[in-house]
Amino acid sequence: MSAEYDIAETLDVKGESCPMPVVKTKGAVDGLADGEVLEVLATDPGSMSDIDGWASGTAGVELVDQTESDDTYRHYVRKTEQR
Amino acid sequence: MSADSPVADESDVSADGPPSRAELAARVDELEAALDEATAEDGAKKMSIIATKGTLDMAYPPLILASTAAAFGYDVTVFHTFWGLDILHEERSKRLKLSSVGNPNMPVPNVVGALPGMDRVTTRLMEKRIADNDTASIEELLETSLDMGVEFQACQMTIDLMGYDEDDFYDGVTTGVGAATALQDMADSDIQLLV
Repeated sequence: MSAEYDIAETLDVKGESCPMPVVKTKGAVDGLADGEVLEVLATDPGSMSDIDGWASGTAGVELVDQTESDDTYRHYVRKTEQR
Repeated sequence: MSADSPVADESDVSADGPPSRAELAARVDELEAALDEATAEDGAKKMSIIATKGTLDMAYPPLILASTAAAFGYDVTVFHTFWGLDILHEERSKRLKLSSVGNPNMPVPNVVGALPGMDRVTTRLMEKRIADNDTASIEELLETSLDMGVEFQACQMTIDLMGYDEDDFYDGVTTGVGAATALQDMADSDIQLLV
């Protein structure tokens, strides 16, 4: 991973399946300050599409990056200022 | 023949003439305010689900959608009626069953599925798959959804019909509601689903 952003917190949802990766990501993002980035580690392949969809349909969050390696899907979600 | 007066444009009301500039300006302001109100995004979106089924497989969709919509920031209401009440029933929700007949996708033919005890066998198999796959349990999904602010409603008429007690349900479940409550909720919602 490049260091374009600092990771404020890491959430491990490995082994968990739909809808928990999204539900727990939402809970963890709520605890961040504006501008901070959450890293989510998942093994559910559906999380790639689901977290993307959730982030684009939800106010106050922005998907910064998604990567896949060694059966782990990494998601980087930034909490943005709510209008 | 000539214009009534040079100040006609400034008057508030001209009963038989074209609307004055001031009237038009006021009307534009009014419409802009109405448009702002109608398109404002500050009000949360709403989803309303009616849950009518109480088998193990059919208990999942309303809970998965409810918790996910809550994660999107939706205000979610799930109205449980008939067998859907069992999802909210603290004891019965922990032993929901899978029917081994009536579903051609089941691994056993209907004639075998109809044998005594087969529902228990297929339910066990399903429970094992749920555990092996780390899929959340019904109880876990329900508790998570409650924590996220989902409103679960238990239909009063079917509570009475099934002989359930209001204390049988999880803490936080709303009782004493009927079809009119559900209908009003659906009318106010962006998404309405019957499961």
